[in-house]
Amino acid sequence: MGSERLKTPEESDNPPEQKSALTNLWRMKKYLHPYRYRLALLWSMVLLNIVSGLAIPPLVGRAIDGPIAHRDIPGLWAIVGVIAVLGAADALLNLVRRYFQTTTAMAIEADIRGALYEHLQVLHTGFHDRWQTGQLLARVTSDLGMVRRFFAGGLVFAITSVGMIAIIMGQLLFIEWRLALIVLATAVPLLLIGRKFFREYLPAARSEQDQSGEVSSAAEESALGIRAIKALGRGPLMAARFEKEAEELRSRSIFKSMIASRSWSGYDAIATAGVGGVLVLGSTMVAGGSLSVGDLTAFIMLQLALLWPIEASGWVMAHGNEAMTAADRVYDVFDTEPAIKDRPNAKVIDRSEVRGELVFEDVRFAFEDDSREILAGVDLRVKPGETVAIAGKTGSGKTTLVSLPSRLNDPTAGRILLDGTDIRDLKLENLRSVVTTAFEEATLFSMSVRENLALGRPGASEADLEEAVRVAQAEFVYDLPYGLDTRIGEQGLSLSGGQRQRLALARAVVVRPAVLVLDDPLSALDVHTEELVERALAQVLRDTTALVVVHRPSTVALADKVALLHEGRIAAFGKHSELMASSPEYVDVLSAESEEVAA
Amino acid sequence: MTVTETEKPDKHAAWRGRAESAEADRTSAEVDDAESIKELRQKSRALLGWMMRPHKKGIAFLCAILVVQNFTSMATPLLVMFGIDNAIPAISERGDYTMLVGIAVVFALVSVLKYVCVRLYIAQSAKVGNAMLFALRSRVFRKFQDLSVSFHERFTSGRVTARQSSDMESIREMTENGVDDLVLAALNVVTITIVMLVIDPMLAAVSLLTFPLMLLLGRWFSKVSAVAYRKARETVALLIVYFVESMGGVRAVQAYRREPRDRELFAGLNTDNQFAQAKGHQQNAFMSGGMRGIGHLATVVVLLFGGWQVMQGNTELGVLAAFLLYMKRFFDPLNELVQFYNVLQSATSALEKLSGVLDEPVEVPEPLEPKAIASPRGELRFDAVEFRYREDQVVLPGLDLRVPGGQTLALVGATGAGKTTIAKLVSRFYDPGSGSVSLDGVDLRDLSEADLRGNIVMITQENFLFNGTIAENIELGRPGASRERIVEAAKVVGAHEFIDALPDGYDTHVRKRGGRLSAGQRQLVVFARAFLADPRVLILDEATSSLDIPSERLVQRALRTILADRTAIIIAHRLSTVEIADRVLVLEHGRIIEDGRPDELIDRGGEYATLHRQWEDSLV
Repeated sequence: MGSERLKTPEESDNPPEQKSALTNLWRMKKYLHPYRYRLALLWSMVLLNIVSGLAIPPLVGRAIDGPIAHRDIPGLWAIVGVIAVLGAADALLNLVRRYFQTTTAMAIEADIRGALYEHLQVLHTGFHDRWQTGQLLARVTSDLGMVRRFFAGGLVFAITSVGMIAIIMGQLLFIEWRLALIVLATAVPLLLIGRKFFREYLPAARSEQDQSGEVSSAAEESALGIRAIKALGRGPLMAARFEKEAEELRSRSIFKSMIASRSWSGYDAIATAGVGGVLVLGSTMVAGGSLSVGDLTAFIMLQLALLWPIEASGWVMAHGNEAMTAADRVYDVFDTEPAIKDRPNAKVIDRSEVRGELVFEDVRFAFEDDSREILAGVDLRVKPGETVAIAGKTGSGKTTLVSLPSRLNDPTAGRILLDGTDIRDLKLENLRSVVTTAFEEATLFSMSVRENLALGRPGASEADLEEAVRVAQAEFVYDLPYGLDTRIGEQGLSLSGGQRQRLALARAVVVRPAVLVLDDPLSALDVHTEELVERALAQVLRDTTALVVVHRPSTVALADKVALLHEGRIAAFGKHSELMASSPEYVDVLSAESEEVAA
Repeated sequence: MTVTETEKPDKHAAWRGRAESAEADRTSAEVDDAESIKELRQKSRALLGWMMRPHKKGIAFLCAILVVQNFTSMATPLLVMFGIDNAIPAISERGDYTMLVGIAVVFALVSVLKYVCVRLYIAQSAKVGNAMLFALRSRVFRKFQDLSVSFHERFTSGRVTARQSSDMESIREMTENGVDDLVLAALNVVTITIVMLVIDPMLAAVSLLTFPLMLLLGRWFSKVSAVAYRKARETVALLIVYFVESMGGVRAVQAYRREPRDRELFAGLNTDNQFAQAKGHQQNAFMSGGMRGIGHLATVVVLLFGGWQVMQGNTELGVLAAFLLYMKRFFDPLNELVQFYNVLQSATSALEKLSGVLDEPVEVPEPLEPKAIASPRGELRFDAVEFRYREDQVVLPGLDLRVPGGQTLALVGATGAGKTTIAKLVSRFYDPGSGSVSLDGVDLRDLSEADLRGNIVMITQENFLFNGTIAENIELGRPGASRERIVEAAKVVGAHEFIDALPDGYDTHVRKRGGRLSAGQRQLVVFARAFLADPRVLILDEATSSLDIPSERLVQRALRTILADRTAIIIAHRLSTVEIADRVLVLEHGRIIEDGRPDELIDRGGEYATLHRQWEDSLV
C-alpha cells in the first residue's frame, strides 16, 4: 500500500555488507558439492562435445579434397563412415549431457529451495511480520530459477564459448599471428563495453527482481484479502494499485533492457568489423605476397566461426548478472540470523519431570523500532497446575505477554523461568513441546482436519483426537463430508469463527503440554457452547499450568487467579471476586455493568 | 502418449485431505480429456493473439529489423568470398585498391547496420514484450478480483498467486529470450533452402529428405512435453500454495513445533516439482540430441550422394563444398532453437492455465444493464430465498424477510442456522439458488458493483489488514478521505487512543497482515474503515468478538450513533451487541423461529429468552 511497502533488502534484519557481485553466487557452490562427481563428468562431456562438434567439419573438408576429388569411392565410404560414427557419438553425447545436466540442475535448485525453506521456518516472527510473502515466494521460485538456469544454461554456454574461442584463437595464431593480433585487438572494446555493462546492469537487474517480488506480493495480498476487498467493493482500487506495481515493474524491466541494448548490441558489430579488418589487411598481405589466398580463406572461415560465441557472450553476461543478483536476494534471507534460537549449552528437560511453574521476572518488551515498552516490568508467578487469567484493555500487551513463554518473542529485558530454569536455556524444540500456545486467531491450513488437529503432535492417536474434539466441543468435524479427512478450505474460512476457534483449541489440547497458553480461546463462541467448553476444559486444566487471556467474565471462570495487565505491568493479582472488590481498573476491564447496555 | 493427468489418489497425499468438490484445484476449463486439452490449446493461442494484437505495428517492425539483421549476417561471408575472389586479384594484378576500399566501406556499413539492428531490436522487443506482459497481468488480476468468493475459497490464494507469479514468469521468459532466435531461424531456414535449391536442386532435394524426420521429432516433443509442462505448472502451484500458507501461518508452525512435519511435506512437494520440471527438460534433451543426429545424417547423405554426383561429373566440386557449408549454417540455428522450444512449451502451458482462469465463469456476475437506485432508503427484502452450498445441504429452505430502511436487525441462532449465509447473500458474496434478495425493490443482481458496494458494507470476523499504514487501512473505506475524517472515524469507534499511542500514530506501519496489532486492535481499525465507508446498509458478522469489554462498550456507543439512520444486520453471539437491535430474528436450520423486539422476545419466554438468561448468567 502506498510507498510504505515492506521493502526488502534495505530493511533486512542484518543487511549483508556489500561484497563483490559474484560473492553470493559463488557461495552457492556448497550446494553443488554433493553433485561434484556428476558435475565433473558433465563438464568433461561438455568439452568432449565441443571437440566432437568441431571435429566433423574438417573431416567433411577432407572428404571433399581427398576421396571425392580423387574419385576414390572406398576412401569416401571410409571417411563418411568415420563422420557417421562421430556424428552419432556427438548426438548421443549431446543427448546424455543435456539430460543429466538438466536433471542435476533441477536437483540442485530443489536442494537450495529446501534449505531456504528450512531457514525461513526458524526465522522469528519479527522477520515474517516485516517480509511480504510475495517477496519470499519470489526468492524461492523465480530467483532460484534464475540461478538454476545460469548453472544449467548460461554457464555451460559461457564455458562452451570460452572453449571455442580459445581453440579458434589458437588456430588463428597458428595460421597468421599478425592477423590474429587484430582479432585480439577487437577484444579490447568488447571488454570495455562488458565492464560498463556489468556496472549498470547489476543494479538494474536487482531492482527489477525486487519489483517483481512486489508484484507477487500485491497479487498474493489481494487474493488473501478478497473478502475484505469485496465487502467494501474495492476491487477496482486494488486493481489500480496492482497496476501501479506492474507498471513500475514494466518500466524497470525496460530500463534494464535498455542497458543491454546500449551495450552488447555492439558485440556483433565489433566482431563483424574485425572480419572486415582482417579481410582488408589480409588482402593487402596476399597482394604483397606474404600470405597465401588459402591461408587467408581458412583464417576468415575460422574467424566467422567466432562470431556467434562473441554475440552470445552478451546474453551470457546478462544471465550471469541476473543470477548474481538473484543469489544476492536469496542470501538476504540466508544471512538473516534467527533472533530466537538455541543457546550453545541449551538443556533438555523431560516432559514427565516438568512441574510447570512459570515465573516472569521483571519482563520487558519493546518492538525494535519503538522505544516505548509494551511490557514494562512484568512480575508474575504461576504455580504448577494453576490457571491464571490475564485481563487488560486492548493494547495493554496481553498478546505480547502470552507470546513469550514459548519464545515466539524474547523479552528485551528480564527473564521467564520454567521450573526455575530460564526458558532461553532450554532447547527451543523441547520448550515448545512443554509449552503450547493457541492464538485467538486460529491459523488453519488447507489440509485435512486430522492434519490440522495433530499439528503439534503428529503421532496423536484417534482416541487423543476424539478426546480433544470433545473437550473443545468441536464434534461438528464429524459431520463434514469426509469427517476428519475433509480438507478445510484455506484458513478454514468455510467454517464459522466459532468453529475455527474450537478447532484451534482442540489442537492445543491434543498436545497435552505441561503449560498451556491460550489467547482468548473462546471469544468467538456463543454463551452456551462456551459453558460446555469451559466445563470440559476445566478437567484438562486441572493438572496443567495455564495462562489464559480473557476478555469476558465468563472466561474468567476457568482461572484460579486473575492478573490485570495495566500499562505494561501486573497492576493487580488475585481471585476474580477479590479484584472485583478491590480494583476499579479491573472492574472497568471486565465488568459488563454499563450504562450503555442498560440504557 | 495418452493423457495421464488423472493418476491422482496417492498424489493428493492424505494430509491434504479430501476437498468437497473434485475440481477444487482447477478452473472448470481444465479437464483432462483430449477434446478439452485441444480446446485449451486453442484458447491459449487465442490469448497469445489477444496479447499481440495491440502491438501489430511493433511486431511488424521487429520482424523487419530481424529481416535486415538476417541480411547482414548472410552478407558477411558473401563479402568475404567476393573480396578474396575479386579484390585480391585486382590488387596483385593491377595494383587497384578501389575494390578493396569499396569492400571495406561496405563492411563498415554492414557492421553499423548490425549494431543498429541489434540495438533497436533489444529496445523495441523489451517495450513490446513488457507491454504485453503488463496487459496480461492486469487482465488476470482483474479477472481474479471479479471471480466470486466461493471460487476463491476453493481455489486458494496460493494458487491465485501461483498463476500470477510463476506462470507469468514462464511467459516473461518466453518474451524475453529467444523470440528473435525463432524468427531468425525461420528466416534462415527459408533463405538457405532457397540458396541450396538454386545451387543444386538435386542435392537440395536429397538433403531435404531429412525434413520429415525433423517434423516428426518436433511433433513428438511438442506432444509429450505439453503433458509434462502442464503437470509442472500444477506441481509448482501446489508448492506455492503450501509455501504461502505455511509462511503465512509460521507462528502456528513454530508454536506447535511443526517444523519437521512441515519440512517433510514441503520436501515432498519440492521433489514432485523437481521431477515434473525435469521431465520436460529431459524430453528436450532427446530432441536436442535428435536434431544434432539428423544434422549429421544429412551431412553423411549429402556427402555420399554429392560425392557420387561429383564423381559422375554431374556436379562441380566447389558446388558440393559450398552446399555442405550452407547445410551447416542451416542446422546450427536449428540446434539453438531446440532450447527455445522448451521455453515456448513451458510458456504455452502457462498460457493454458491463465486462459483457463480468464474463461472461468463469474458466478456472481455484474449486470449488463444495471438499474440505479435514486435515493436509497436501505430497505432489504428476501423473497422465497433458497440457498445451498452443497447439493444435499439446504441452508435456507425459503426465506421471506423484510427489513425496513433504518432498522437494526440482529440474527441469533446456533452454528449452521444460516446467519452468516444471510449476511453473505445481502453483501452478494453469493447469489440465491432461487428467489431474490433486493435493496429498495431492486434485485441485488441488477445493481452495479459500485452501487452495491457503496450501499452495502460488511465487516467480517476476519479483520483483514492490508500492508501499509493504519491511516491507509482506514482510508480503504473511502479512498481519498482526508486525514481529519480518518481520525474522526477512528475516534468514533474508540480506536484513536491506541493508534495515537503508537510510535508513528496513524502512519504506523501495521506490518504483514497487521502483525503489529492485536486482534482487538485490528478489529477496531476495521470498524473505523467501515464507519468511514458510510454505507446505507451495514452488516456486522461476529465483528466484535475480539474486543474487550471497554472497547466493546465504546463500539456499542458508536454503533448507536452510526446505526441510527442506517439499516444494519448484526450477527453476534454476545448478546450485548444484540441488545442495541430494534429487532431480533432467532434462526434454526434456515427458518425464522422467533421474530420481534428484544424486550418482547425476552418477555415471550422462548429461545431468545433462554439465550438471554444464559448470557446474563455469564456476566457475573
